[in-house]
Amino acid sequence: MTSTLPAVDASGIRRSFGRRRAVDGVDLSLDPGDCLALFGPNGAGKTTLLRVIAGLLKPTAGTVHVSGREVRGDASAREQVGLISHQSMLYGALTARENVEFAARLYGVADPRAAAMAALERIRIADRAEMRVQSLSRGMQQRVSIARSIVHEPSVVLLDEPYTGLDAAGGAALTDMLQVLRAAGAALVLVTHNVDEGLAIASHTAIMLAGKIVRRDICSELDHRAYLAAYRAMVVSGAANVMSAAR
Amino acid sequence: MNARRPPGTLASAWLIARKDLAIEFRTRTAFLSALVFSVLAIATFYFTWDTSVVTAADRAPGVLWVVLTFSALLGLQRSFGLEEHDRAIDALLVSPISREAIYLGKAIGNLAFLVAVQVVAIPALALFYDLRLGRAMAIVAGIVVLAMIGIVAIGTLFSAMAVNTRLAELLLPMLSLPFFVPVLLCGAQAASLVFAGRPMAEAWPWLRILVAFDIVFVVACTLAFPFTLEE
Amino acid sequence: MTSVAPRTHASAPLEAKPVFDWFFAFAVLLVIGIYIRAIYFTPIEALQGPIQKIYYLHVPAAIAAYVAISLTALASVVYLWLGDDRLDRLAASSAEVGLLFLSIVLTTGPLWAKQQWGTYWAWWDMRLTLTLFLAFVVAAYIVLRDAIEDDAMRRRYSAVLAVLGALLIPFIHLSVYMFQARLHPLPVALKPGQPSMSPEMMWTFFPSMIVFTILCIAFIRARYRIGVLRDIAAHAGDSDAS
Repeated sequence: MTSTLPAVDASGIRRSFGRRRAVDGVDLSLDPGDCLALFGPNGAGKTTLLRVIAGLLKPTAGTVHVSGREVRGDASAREQVGLISHQSMLYGALTARENVEFAARLYGVADPRAAAMAALERIRIADRAEMRVQSLSRGMQQRVSIARSIVHEPSVVLLDEPYTGLDAAGGAALTDMLQVLRAAGAALVLVTHNVDEGLAIASHTAIMLAGKIVRRDICSELDHRAYLAAYRAMVVSGAANVMSAAR
Repeated sequence: MNARRPPGTLASAWLIARKDLAIEFRTRTAFLSALVFSVLAIATFYFTWDTSVVTAADRAPGVLWVVLTFSALLGLQRSFGLEEHDRAIDALLVSPISREAIYLGKAIGNLAFLVAVQVVAIPALALFYDLRLGRAMAIVAGIVVLAMIGIVAIGTLFSAMAVNTRLAELLLPMLSLPFFVPVLLCGAQAASLVFAGRPMAEAWPWLRILVAFDIVFVVACTLAFPFTLEE
Repeated sequence: MTSVAPRTHASAPLEAKPVFDWFFAFAVLLVIGIYIRAIYFTPIEALQGPIQKIYYLHVPAAIAAYVAISLTALASVVYLWLGDDRLDRLAASSAEVGLLFLSIVLTTGPLWAKQQWGTYWAWWDMRLTLTLFLAFVVAAYIVLRDAIEDDAMRRRYSAVLAVLGALLIPFIHLSVYMFQARLHPLPVALKPGQPSMSPEMMWTFFPSMIVFTILCIAFIRARYRIGVLRDIAAHAGDSDAS
């Protein structure tokens, strides 16, 4: 009997900043190949949750396991994780290729230069590989940032509003890349405001409000329009709807 | 997933140092400012003393250490600014490399930066102050490197802290200078003994303190560094 | 890699206590008492004249300063280990009180030195020099705390600075000692140590050190309570909403 470990297993996650509870008891489990779209208004705690899963923040309570290894205690767990966030995390003075190659070396990828070029090609920005990042437009930088985060072929990819700044071509390239990653067995967590974008690629959805996940769904069972309406109502009326929403 | 072996602590530190030096080489702003400042200060201080009372060669050691300190502060200021700019530090923290490696990498990069500045500044000092180059200068260069290790250990840690505060440019000197005192004191005393042609045995007590300082603070700052990260 | 960040504790409920209480009043009374004794009931030292009485202020203030600063260093080390916010509040309070006493040492020292040796500042007076550098580090600690808005970061950073500062002190002591020993041998007749004291002076001197230590504790206690009041006010707007 082969049991595959969940790609991401987060249980009882709480994270406070002083008195403010940004994440207040979240359980999350993703199998390889799943894509979870995480929706919610600003301040709901989505970015904080993502950062806890990535190992950037220590949870006040709870643990996160990636492929069976605890992300805070075990550096090898971090080898499996790729993070795309609001900021590019790039060095402006270096070229696109140099940035991605540096990341490849940090993860010990064999033949970092080739891996860097391959990653840049996947997001269709290989033609700008030798340009310094600071001379690229915001959308191009975003693409380089995406290439940097997947160069080591992570099994878990965490994306925080990745479509921000991307034009139609960039968005299409990203969507294609995410499908390929999923097909290869990676688990994705996609935080986005744009419900349509999220529903287009996700297999699962969750809505986060005030630090808690208040609703989970499986995409194949959803009526998109009804879901969108319910989501808007939830966000607009805030906590009032939380208790009555189906989990 | 492809097979890979992430680099160990020293290897990843070296990666980061190389990356910092590559960036510095590309932009050159900080390096040139530190260099110009050093040479300018060395030349300017020449006029702050009455040459008939104290010869230039006697004043040179003092000028060396003052200029070293302030050019070091200039170089250290920029150290973590790079990482803050687009939160590049997050990429480092998400990767499997250890926090200690980040600190060591930054420190090594800063040390290389300072050495590069001194490679120009010390000969400039010898030139303007009419110093005899020879074995004494070589030993003094070695003492300067020992001192720089201590300065860089402290300065790298404090620059990681200062970058997150409101008064970064003011705070870095304010935090660092008290810690530089033993380094400057012992380094300057040892160097002036060497310049005066005294036997090394006399300089040794000072160098012992300097080496002890380096060891204690490289270890202490490496251990303290993870506390400066938001976690 | 194990995490080293202090655990975020659910803070114990903050209790507002009166800043100036019976203990504080007691300490102040003791100080008034010891100075009445010092000024009116203690003989004037033959060689140095009335200025010698500044010693009853200078030395006890130095002792009190060392007590306060050691407390800061100790509380900071334990804070980094346990993460309890109260330790950080104690460290901050002790640092400010320490700086106060250090200032007293740094003002009384030169006043006495001018009378004794004709110069306001004597680099070879080890205690004075060490006090000066201690004051620099403590001032840096306080400025650092002021420059950080985020609570957790402020606590961590200042604790790190305090621990490193504690490591620094022996190095400054050693290097400055060697510096002055080599270049300025201590004048034999005018040692900056304790001039010989009559029994009555001893009876003022030693109690004054105890009194100042008690005063130091009273100040730290009061400042700690002010810190509690500040934290209560700062978090008045926070809700524990989920």
